[in-house]
Amino acid sequence: MGVFSGLGDKLKHVFTKLTSRGKLDEYEIKQAMREIRIALLEADVNFNVVKDFVARISERAKGEEITKSVTPGQQVVKIVHDELVELMGAKNAKLDVSPKPPTVVMMCGLQGAGKTTMCGKLGALLKKQGKKPLLVACDIYRPAAINQLQVVGKNAGLEVFEKGTQKPVKTAEQAVRYAEANGFDTVIIDTAGRLHINDELMRELEDVRKAVSPTEILLTVDAMTGQDAVTVATTFNDRLDITGVILTKLDGDTRGGAALSIKAVTGKPIKFCGTGEKLGDIEPFHPDRMASRILGMGDIVSLVEKAQEAMDEEEMKKMEKRVKDATFTLDDYLVQFESLKKMGGISEIMQMLPGMSRFNISDKDIDEKRIERFKAIIRSMTKKEREHPEIVKSSRRRRISAGSGTSIQDVNQLLKQFEQTKDMMRKMKNSKGRMPF
Amino acid sequence: MGFFAKIKEALKKTKDAISYKFNKLFTGGVLNGEFYDELEAILLSADIGSETTESILDELKTVVDKKHITRTEDVRGELKTIMHDLLDFEIPEEEYPLVILMAGVNGVGKTTTVGKLAQLFRKKGKSVTIVAGDTFRAAAADQLTVWAERAGVRIVKQGEGADAAAVVYDALQSAKSKGTDVTIVDTAGRLHNKVNLMEELKKIDRVIDREFPGAMRLNYIVLDATTGQNALSQVDLFNEAIDIDGIVLTKLDGTAKGGVVLAIAGEEEVPVVYVGVGEGIDDLERFDIDDFVSAIVDGE
Repeated sequence: MGVFSGLGDKLKHVFTKLTSRGKLDEYEIKQAMREIRIALLEADVNFNVVKDFVARISERAKGEEITKSVTPGQQVVKIVHDELVELMGAKNAKLDVSPKPPTVVMMCGLQGAGKTTMCGKLGALLKKQGKKPLLVACDIYRPAAINQLQVVGKNAGLEVFEKGTQKPVKTAEQAVRYAEANGFDTVIIDTAGRLHINDELMRELEDVRKAVSPTEILLTVDAMTGQDAVTVATTFNDRLDITGVILTKLDGDTRGGAALSIKAVTGKPIKFCGTGEKLGDIEPFHPDRMASRILGMGDIVSLVEKAQEAMDEEEMKKMEKRVKDATFTLDDYLVQFESLKKMGGISEIMQMLPGMSRFNISDKDIDEKRIERFKAIIRSMTKKEREHPEIVKSSRRRRISAGSGTSIQDVNQLLKQFEQTKDMMRKMKNSKGRMPF
Repeated sequence: MGFFAKIKEALKKTKDAISYKFNKLFTGGVLNGEFYDELEAILLSADIGSETTESILDELKTVVDKKHITRTEDVRGELKTIMHDLLDFEIPEEEYPLVILMAGVNGVGKTTTVGKLAQLFRKKGKSVTIVAGDTFRAAAADQLTVWAERAGVRIVKQGEGADAAAVVYDALQSAKSKGTDVTIVDTAGRLHNKVNLMEELKKIDRVIDREFPGAMRLNYIVLDATTGQNALSQVDLFNEAIDIDGIVLTKLDGTAKGGVVLAIAGEEEVPVVYVGVGEGIDDLERFDIDDFVSAIVDGE
């Protein structure tokens, strides 16, 4: 198994061996622990955190739970999962709100962690929840950082408060006063990326903290961070007493071991994750789901929620009925493609499905452009063709391919795939009659 | 600050963290299982990765056996040799006209590195054009413009949302007609597992090949030294897309140990060419293996 296989895959590999046996002896436990250790290290969990973690699991695995249990392998999987969840924090933590508005949120972190982008995402999220956030540009060092926040703010439909390159403390104070006077209930302060060992810049953050007493001080951390995540998080926490962590770039193929490490050393909750480049790509952090994802057990809960959000209920009912009656048309197919996109693309959904992670499916394998082509093809069809795809023969196919700017092969492919989907649905109708989501 | 001084300054943190342990370890006395366990811990916490750590230790043990080494002090030199050999690649001499394509995931410091590289070549007396190929991130071109001014070089840019390949095309036409020595192309940060974005990068790569066949090509991936084992995946997939010639390792002025470079050398065989050691325009240096290894192992 190569370096790029996931922690979940590693553990699964270990426990496939385990489940084939009735009981575990000490040697087997040792073997399993060794592989868990390697997997966690490859996932970038900090060395010392791994040491503690493995010791804990080992202790529990040696206990009676294992020997008494019928399937020791499953028991070990559960122990590992439970401990992972516990390590990452018991449950999803929400953003704290100040009793006296405005609630001040200060972002901090190393260079390139994604603070400015996250300010926009967080602001957009709060706006969606009916709040009125103000973005504040306090990164006076990086060239064009203020411009970037302004563009981000504009895209999110949020006001940006900036005072050029004057001292960040002053800008932050003025921003809070401005927010009070103008009815903003949340102030999100973007600060410059800095090294945790840069004393002068760390003091600047301490000054801002003193001046505006933020309700939330959120450390933004790149999910791809390695062993050093521990040092960084510890230093920021020691100096600023952070209230939480935001994990960014989780849409990459990183194992995200940094999440475990940071939680373990700071004890502060991970509150949000960045999962893409679009403004809406922000999600609350769910430790149990993350543990499941790492373990390769799939993230069904997340998927269901996403599906519900993307497809409104009425649409869903309508489609369910069509599926039941086997009157599913290409129009419905189009709707499905659209909601797929809203859900964040195929690869993201694939990752959430149990058992899929072992195929190592990523955007690399699934070309989302193909879906765009399919959508174009359906849009180039007449209503009649969409409802009765069987009438689409060669001359219609030529017209559709020309109209949609695709090849005839693409059109054939779509029609074939549609037939297969319909077939699958017929079968499903016979078994349960439910939508695949 | 001189060449070596700067590298050492940058690696001081690496040094402080690792070499303290090394010094303690190598003056310890007898070689035993515990010694190797400690050595493993040191290498792992330096982001060297479990596979590479294991292979380094295996090799070390073989050498120790063969040479009948019994004292920990003598192991130091052997370890340095092994680490050095891992990082030792032949790096081709730069020829002009030269086109450098910079790629990497988001937030690693590509734009900053473009600015520093421009300064480096301009100080060598070369004419430099930098190309704002990041047409996606808000204000990326503005950021690069500031760097162009600082380095005193020409910049080619278009509006946000422009086609990156088209910007590169324009830049290459003008570089050819003006006889520019070095053209450095900045690109948008992209996660290596996003097929569309990687396709866009491939297109830029093809445009350079097609439009400037006479130029020497260098494709660099910029890696954040803070990154853990995911750097391997990054190099792997970027290399697959556009044939990476070298690595620029940035943010070595933090406490990150940069050890992932050893893992990459061992598993991907891509050399480190430059290191970023600070936020100033001159904070970019040629990667020096001896300095790097020595700073880690000797703590000097």
